[in-house]
Amino acid sequence: MKYRGNVWKFGDNIDTDAIIPARYLNTSDPKALAAQCMKDADPDFAKKMKAGDIIVAGVNFGCGSSREHAPIAIKAVGLSCVVARTFARIFFRNAFNMGLPIFESDELWAKVKNGDEIEIDTDKGEIRILSRKGKPVTFKPVAPFLQQLVASGGLMADVKARKAKAKKSSRA
Amino acid sequence: MGMTITEKILCNHTKHREVRPGMIINARVDIALGNDITAPIAISEFRKAGGKKVFNRSKVVLVADHFTPNKDISSAMQTKTVRDFAREQRLEHYYEGGDAGVEHALLPEKGIVLPGDLVIGADSHTCTYGALGAFSTGVGSTDLAAAMMTGEVWLRVPESMKIVYHGKLQKWISGKDLILDLIGRIGVYGALYKSLEFTGSTVAKLTMADRLTMANMAIEAGGKSGIFPPDEVTRVYVEERAKRKFVFYESDPDARYAEVIDIDVSKIEPQVSFPSLPSNARGVSKAGKVKIDQVVIGSCTNGRIEDLRVAAKILKGKKAAPYVRLIIIPATPLIYKTAMDEGLFDIFLKANALISPPTCGPCLGGHMGILAEGERAVATTNRNFVGRMGHTGSEVYLASPAVAAASAVLGRIGGPAELK
Repeated sequence: MKYRGNVWKFGDNIDTDAIIPARYLNTSDPKALAAQCMKDADPDFAKKMKAGDIIVAGVNFGCGSSREHAPIAIKAVGLSCVVARTFARIFFRNAFNMGLPIFESDELWAKVKNGDEIEIDTDKGEIRILSRKGKPVTFKPVAPFLQQLVASGGLMADVKARKAKAKKSSRA
Repeated sequence: MGMTITEKILCNHTKHREVRPGMIINARVDIALGNDITAPIAISEFRKAGGKKVFNRSKVVLVADHFTPNKDISSAMQTKTVRDFAREQRLEHYYEGGDAGVEHALLPEKGIVLPGDLVIGADSHTCTYGALGAFSTGVGSTDLAAAMMTGEVWLRVPESMKIVYHGKLQKWISGKDLILDLIGRIGVYGALYKSLEFTGSTVAKLTMADRLTMANMAIEAGGKSGIFPPDEVTRVYVEERAKRKFVFYESDPDARYAEVIDIDVSKIEPQVSFPSLPSNARGVSKAGKVKIDQVVIGSCTNGRIEDLRVAAKILKGKKAAPYVRLIIIPATPLIYKTAMDEGLFDIFLKANALISPPTCGPCLGGHMGILAEGERAVATTNRNFVGRMGHTGSEVYLASPAVAAASAVLGRIGGPAELK
């Protein structure tokens, strides 16, 4: 699997209030949330970004609230994935649970510039900055359990599949 | 090799005989919590996956506390979704209106969460219940949906970080000062993915209110959970509330820790966290002249009766400075009633305070005290991110109820020692 897109670069500790401010949480409609994506970090972000673009952030991306509205807004606005040096833990599990691809790369952030085109190759486990020459950087391998979660289409699909399997075996 | 209290609680909620940090486990859940913002997504996911009945109608707890009393039509629609679901599922624990309080103050008060429990909540401050000696952590709405269906949650067993407190607390020093000081030391991701275990000789002297405040803010250091080994203080608090069995766990002497931090509390003065990260903590004596427009005393961090008593002690016979809006939010109906019965409301009203019904309200910039551009607030809440309480050009300074009350009187950030 490959993700290719232009980079929107953000700093450290981008919190969920910046990703989707609480004042917009009186709805969980993905379209409405998408329109406010990253609003308090960059007011015009949702208008400026293009489908397939990629957020590259520093450490502790998604810190703060447990609101799943944050990964929902990022996915719904059309960003293909997020690469950060590290993720806050609730954002991390939310992303895997609801199917937003995220990658932890300590190296990429310092090397990439806003607007660069990058390509993430999940089979090879590397990220190339296409806008300029240089060696690809690596990202942290995804734990097998999480790979399975992604492969089955997120946590609820996984729960559904396990339930169906249990039903089948109880009949047998 | 021994296990920490966190590892033991997790282990006893699985089929494993032993768990180690880094392991991914499927664990049984004792309580699964949601609120008016996070539950609607969980309910929708639950239904989409074919969910008909929650795994146990006594173990799913829903509290409408964030935008309630419903601040607008959209919020009312969200709460209605939660209420209809609670009614359909005949949930034992659904709280709204005059029953509702700020969830993390309400659940311990009602004895819904108990020592030894494994609790998940679609709210990041679910880590609060670690104060009781439970494993408790914030998750997302999809996690809540899955738990409502299966009664289980996937978890990575966290490394533990031991904080050892010793020494005598100075006057006015509370759990809030200790936790702001700690976050100042280790940073907003100093405990990322880890469990913070609070121990040491000073801990025995901390009230349950102080412990709840400290465990509440473990997330502000990136932590997965915070936990206090249960003791006599825990027993006294829990025994009059519990309606089911509970278990006291303790760490083995040879349990392993990723890090141990030793802190002498006698050197800690009242803390203030400057914008826009909880880690920007400093002693109130080094705050400088910071004029303020609003003070908020409340929230899941500091809206308990002990917090209101401290505020009342400072506000008695005084008034909030001109042009300072003082908003006091008792966190639950019981706290509200107790404060009224004890005469605290008289003190607050004479001090020109506004008394709000229980709600998360202004803490997350929801309602009941939103800041305009350029305004500054001292709040006993837990986050001071950009735009947290309103306009992105406003500022939030985090502090204890003592510092917040003193600041309201002074009209600028200051400690109780500055009042005559």
